[in-house]
Amino acid sequence: MSRLLTIKDLWIEGRSDEQWNPIINGASLHLDKGEVLGLIGESGAGKSTLGLAAMGFVRDGVRISKGSVDFDGVDLTKASADKKRKLLGSRIAYVAQSAAASFNPAHRLIDQHVEAPVQHGIRSRAESEADGIELYAKLRLPDPEHIGFRYPHQVSGGQLQRAMTAMAMACRPDLIIFDEPTTALDVTTQIEVLAAIREIVDQFGTAAIYITHDLAVVAQMADRIKVLLKGDEVEEADTRTMLTAPTEDYTKSLWAVRSFERPKKPAVPADQTPLVSIRNVSAAYGTAKVLDDVSFDIHPGRTVAVVGESGSGKSTTARCITGLLPPIAGSIEFDGNPLAPDYRKRSKDQLRQVQMIYQMADTALNPRMSIGQIIARPVQFYMGLSGKALRARVDDLLEQIELPSDQYYHRLPSELSGGQKQRIGIARALAAEPRMIICDEVTSALDQLVAEGILRLLARLQDELGLAYMFITHDLATVRAIADEVVVMQQGKVVEAGPKDDMFKPPHHPYTDLLLSSVPEMDPDWLTELLKERGVDNIGDAATAKM
Amino acid sequence: MRSVQLIILQRLGLGLLTLLVVSMVIFIAVNSLPGDFAQAILGQGATPEAVEAIRQQIGLDKPPVTRYFEWLGGAVTGDMGVSFAQANFASNFGSTSNTGVTVVDQIAPRLANTMFLAGVTALIAVPLAVTLGILAALYRNSVFDKAANIFTLSSISSPEFFVAYILILLLAVLNPIFPSLSNIFNDMPFDARLKATMLPALTLTLVVTAHMMRMTRAAIINLLASPYIEMARLKGMSPLRVIVTHALPNALAPIINVIALNLAYLITGVVVVEVVFVYPGIGQLFVDSVKIRDIPVVQACCLIFAAAYILLNLTADILSILSNPRLRHPK
Repeated sequence: MSRLLTIKDLWIEGRSDEQWNPIINGASLHLDKGEVLGLIGESGAGKSTLGLAAMGFVRDGVRISKGSVDFDGVDLTKASADKKRKLLGSRIAYVAQSAAASFNPAHRLIDQHVEAPVQHGIRSRAESEADGIELYAKLRLPDPEHIGFRYPHQVSGGQLQRAMTAMAMACRPDLIIFDEPTTALDVTTQIEVLAAIREIVDQFGTAAIYITHDLAVVAQMADRIKVLLKGDEVEEADTRTMLTAPTEDYTKSLWAVRSFERPKKPAVPADQTPLVSIRNVSAAYGTAKVLDDVSFDIHPGRTVAVVGESGSGKSTTARCITGLLPPIAGSIEFDGNPLAPDYRKRSKDQLRQVQMIYQMADTALNPRMSIGQIIARPVQFYMGLSGKALRARVDDLLEQIELPSDQYYHRLPSELSGGQKQRIGIARALAAEPRMIICDEVTSALDQLVAEGILRLLARLQDELGLAYMFITHDLATVRAIADEVVVMQQGKVVEAGPKDDMFKPPHHPYTDLLLSSVPEMDPDWLTELLKERGVDNIGDAATAKM
Repeated sequence: MRSVQLIILQRLGLGLLTLLVVSMVIFIAVNSLPGDFAQAILGQGATPEAVEAIRQQIGLDKPPVTRYFEWLGGAVTGDMGVSFAQANFASNFGSTSNTGVTVVDQIAPRLANTMFLAGVTALIAVPLAVTLGILAALYRNSVFDKAANIFTLSSISSPEFFVAYILILLLAVLNPIFPSLSNIFNDMPFDARLKATMLPALTLTLVVTAHMMRMTRAAIINLLASPYIEMARLKGMSPLRVIVTHALPNALAPIINVIALNLAYLITGVVVVEVVFVYPGIGQLFVDSVKIRDIPVVQACCLIFAAAYILLNLTADILSILSNPRLRHPK
C-alpha cells in the first residue's frame, strides 16, 4: 500500500500564562491509503490537537514548533495558506465531536453539504445535491430525499453526526479525521453511527484517523491503535495485538479501569421503609408529558442506578424528587412521610436530606467563590455553624474528598481539574449531611481513570455514612460498577426495574436488551457480529422509528 | 410560523403600551416646565388679566388630566391641536373658534426633511459600517483594523459641530463640491435636494458609523471560536467566505439592534447638525418651540421621537427574531 500521511517528530505548543507550553512532544505517525488509525488517550492528551495538525491546522494560540506533516508529498507545516485550503475539505476532511455545534445553525444541511465540492470546483451544485442525497441514503438517514433541506436544529444528534460524515465524504477525500464522533451520543445511537461510518469508509477506501477515549469503540473502527499520554506517545500496535498484549503500564491501566466493581450487598429486608418512594409520578413541561406513571423505591444506604437514553426522563425524575418540578400526578414520600410537591413548601430539614451533584462541575460551581466559601455555604445554611467550627467542618469535608484543606481552601474552581471540581461538588452535597444524594451523570464528562476515582470515593462515602444514591447515567459500565438496583427508563416510563444482577442476566425487556447489547465491547469483531445478529436493516428501521 | 406571528403581535402590543406610558411622561414633563406660553409671549409687562385671558383661550386653565385626555384623544385621530405660537390672537381674541396653523401642518414638512436626511445618511452609513466591520473582523488586529477603529472612534468622539465645520472647510470652502448651507424648500428637484443634504448627511455618517462598525466587528469575532466556524475553515473555505456566509448570518441580531438605535438617533438627535447647516428639520422646530413654551408642538415632537424609537426598536426586535432559523423553521 502506498503512504498517504507521514507525521515526523511533531512538536506543538499552546500559549497560556504568557508562555508557550508543550501539547505534543515529538509525535510521529504514518498512515497508508485506506487504513484506519485509532488515536486514543485521556482528554488533555493532545489527541484532537494531533488530529487537527494532521490537516495542517492549529487552533488560535497554538503553534507547530518543530517537525513535518507530509500529506501525499506536501509538507502541510510549510505549505502556504492557499495551498492548504485547496486540500482541506477536498482531500482531507474532518468530522467533529459535536455535530450539533459544528453545523452552522443558519444554513440547511444540504447547503453546507454542497459547499465544499462547489467552492473547490469539484462538482456543480446540482450534482453535489444529488450525491448528497445518495450519501444520506447510504448512511441510512431517514427520508434521505428531504432531510438535507432541514436546518440542523430540526434533526436529531445521531442523524446530524451521520449527516456530518456524509458532508466529509462530499468530495471523496483521501483522509478523514474523526474527532470523537460518537462521544456525545447515546449507546443505541452510537451503534448506528459507528456502523454507518465504518461501512462508508470501507466502501470508498478512505483512510481515517479515529480519535476517541473509548477503547471499545476504537477496537471496532481501527486497524491500528496509537496511545497518547499528556502529549507523549505511549505505544502503537495493530488493534488485536494492542487489545490482547499491551506492553506499557499506562495502556494496561486503561484496560484495567473496567474491572472496578462493588461487592454485592445483602438483599433489602422486606419490611424496611424505603428512604425515598416515588409513587405513580407523572410530570410535564408545559403540555409535553415527560414522565408517565413512574414508581420506584430507594432504600437507605443503597445505590439505585437510573439508566436510559437522553430524553427518557431520568433527570426529570430527579427534578421531581428535589421539588424543582412539581409533578402533575403522583406523590413522593421520604422516610414514609409525603413530601410537598414544590420545594418552596418543604421544610429546611427536608431540603437538607436530599442533595444533588451535577454532570457539569464546571458550571455547577460559582467561579468567583473560593473552594472554602463554596463548601462553607451549605454548612452555614443548614447547620448554622460559624467561625472556627465552620472552618473545622469545611476542613473535615475537604479531608473526606481527599483534597488537603491547606492546599485547596483558598483556590478558585478554575484552578482545579475536572475530577477535582467534581469532588468539590460532592463535598458541597455532603456538607448538608444528607441521607440521599442524587448524582446526575456525575462521571460522564470525566475520563475513565478520573471517573473511576470519583466512583470509588462515592462508594467509600456510602459505606462510611450510609448514604443512599440515585445514580443517573447512560453508561452501563458505570451501572455495573456501582449499582445495587437498576431502573431502566424509556420515553418517560419505567420499562424494567430490579436488582443489578437480574438486570444483567437474561431474560430482559426488549429495550433493556437493546441498551445492553449496544455497549461496545473490547472484542474487535463485536460490531460486526452484532450487526449480523441484528440484521443491518434493523438499524435503519430503528433510526426511522425514532423520527 | 405561528409562534413567530404570536411573538410579533406581542411585541406590537408592548410597543403600543410603551407609547402610551411615554405619552404620559411627555405630558407631565412638558407641563412642569417653568412658565407657560401666555407669560412667555406677553413678556414681563403682562397684566394678570391678559395672561389669564390667553390661558383661557388656549385652554391652559383646564385641569391637567382633562387636557391630557383631550390631547391624547386628538393625537389618536391625527389631530395634534393648534400651535400656540401660530394662533392669531388678534383676530380670534374672545371668540371660541381657533383658526391658527395646526401642529400637523407645521411639523409635517419638517418631519419630511428630517426623514430625508436620516434616509440619505442611513443609506451611506449602514452599508459602510457593516462593510468596514466585516473587513475589520477579517483583518482583525491588522493595520487596517486599527486604522478603521481609530478613525471611527475619533469621529464619534469629536463634537458634531466640529466634524461639520471640518467637512464644510474641506468640501465646501477648499473644494466647493457641496453647498455649505442646506437650503431646502418644498418643490426642490430631487438631485438638488440630495446635493444640499449631502454635507449634513456626511457629518451624521461620521457620527453614527463607529457604533455600528464596532458592533459588527465584535459580533463576528465573538463567533469565530465556534465549532461551526472551525468546521468551515476545515472545509477549506476562504477567510472572507467564512466570515460572510458562516459568521455574519449568526451575528445579525446584535448588529440589527445597534443599527436601529443609530437610526432612531438620526431622527431625534440631530439638532446641532441642523443648526450648523441651517437645515429645516424637526430638531430645530422642537428647540424653538420649547423656548416659547409652544406646548402642542413640543408634545407632538416628543411623541414623534418616542414613536420613532419604539418603532425602530420594534422592527429591530422582529428582524432579530426572524434572523434566528430556530424560530423561522420550528421543528
